[in-house]
Amino acid sequence: MVVVDARGSYCPGPLMEMIKTLKQVEVGEIIEVLSSDESSAKDIPEWVKKAGHELVEVKKEDDYWRIVIKKLK
Amino acid sequence: MKSIVIVGGGVAGTITANYLAMRLREEIREKRVSVTIVSDREKQLYEPGLLYLAFNRVEENDILKDIRYLLDPQLELKIARATRIDTEKSRVELDTGEALDYDYLVIATGSRVVPEEMPGLVEGGHWFYNLDGAKRLRDELAAFRKGKVVISVMGIPHKCPVAPIEVTFMLDEFFKIHGVRKEVELLYTYPINRIFTMETVSELVQQMFEERNIGYKTFFNPVEIDPEKKVIVTLEGEEEPYDLLISIPPHRGSQVIIDSGLGDKEGWVPTDRFTLKAEGYENVYVVGDATNLPVSKAGSVAHFEAEVVAENIAAEIKGLPPTARYFGKAMCFIETGFGEATYIWFDYETPPRLVKPNKFIHWMKLAYNRMFWLTARGML
Ligand SMILES: Cc1cc2nc3c(=O)[nH]c(=O)nc-3n(C[C@H](O)[C@H](O)[C@H](O)COP(=O)(O)OP(=O)(O)OC[C@H]3O[C@@H](n4cnc5c(N)ncnc54)[C@H](O)[C@@H]3O)c2cc1C
Repeated sequence: MVVVDARGSYCPGPLMEMIKTLKQVEVGEIIEVLSSDESSAKDIPEWVKKAGHELVEVKKEDDYWRIVIKKLK
Repeated sequence: MKSIVIVGGGVAGTITANYLAMRLREEIREKRVSVTIVSDREKQLYEPGLLYLAFNRVEENDILKDIRYLLDPQLELKIARATRIDTEKSRVELDTGEALDYDYLVIATGSRVVPEEMPGLVEGGHWFYNLDGAKRLRDELAAFRKGKVVISVMGIPHKCPVAPIEVTFMLDEFFKIHGVRKEVELLYTYPINRIFTMETVSELVQQMFEERNIGYKTFFNPVEIDPEKKVIVTLEGEEEPYDLLISIPPHRGSQVIIDSGLGDKEGWVPTDRFTLKAEGYENVYVVGDATNLPVSKAGSVAHFEAEVVAENIAAEIKGLPPTARYFGKAMCFIETGFGEATYIWFDYETPPRLVKPNKFIHWMKLAYNRMFWLTARGML
């Protein structure tokens, strides 16, 4: 699993960080994005759906969101 | 004697140097302080002018000036490339073999485009984000009469966030002026789920695109260009054909930042958003495009940051408290064609609000294009 800790960065930081990471990892890899920006909880799942990957989990922790995805292609 | 070294002779470097010269005039004259600026180019390029050069509205000579001419005579200029910044020894090594010791260092090494990092882009695409690219695009545009033009933002961050929008509006008008707009399809693409990072700007621009019959696609992240087939392949699995591709290529920080281990993966220096000190260092400041801050990579940002950095370094040297802080202030003009423009103003706390595009702001932008050299000299 690869963790992208984008806490403290604002839109489009977390989404763009996740996209950069996704380009680098192998198919099947799990990526966990941590973001303190609420819009990530909406933007990232929306992108994952459009790009055809799997959204594993979106979870609100204390003061940040944990968004887990799986690279499918 | 205290020595201040500034690396980079772009707008951030020259304004900071000139502000320091103003604040430390006596100290420099009495040889208690020296300020040296290191630049790997003899001339400064006024990059916002590239947008106009691509449409043949300004020439190369209008947007290049000798750095020597921009600097206060009390400043020392070294034309050389910094090859390594050694923060342990407080020393900058140059490609001439010389090394400069510093008490205070200002990193103003800017950003650069790396089209070579997008497979196929160099062979198959255009850009206007550096001088060679803008000249090549100018010749291409002058001959272009028919087909599909794709304006594609290939990564964030990039210099001047609004320039891709401006070029799109200007292309629309350029083709109208030449009587071929009906033969030309315009498509703008952006990596995230709206056409610009800031929502307020995005809404208005989207409406203007629709009024002008400019197409747009969002969540569009190119991974490869096929120059033979003339298609852009995206991470989202699309293949977008084009006749003329105008890209905003990926950006990186300066090589010296990467080689000195001072930057993140892309070469941006982690910087304190208020003091502008490089994180972990008390005597190293970062100004302009070189920072990793979530502010625009814009000349106006460099300008407002330079004020803070020069004030604090001068204060420390004079034994005064360094209390100046940067609050994310930025200002960008936005051309909406060749006759009207608008502008945005924002900071860390205040989102931008667009005013209705009008002629006056357009004239202000054109006037500022000429007045800019006063900014670089620290006078405006
Ligand atoms: C097409 C376009 C339109 C733009 N429009 C606008 C606009 O309308 N408004 C606005 O505010 N901004 C605009 N910008 C952005 C603006 O030009 C940049 O943000 C600004 O130039 C940043 O200044 P800088 O000094 O930080 O970096 P740079 O201009 O990149 O300067 C850095 C300098 O450091 C030098 N350097 C780098 N490494 C070394 C080294 N190792 N040794 C010695 N020298 C080194 C480089 O050669 C360069 O000269 C635009 C940019 C482009 C490309």
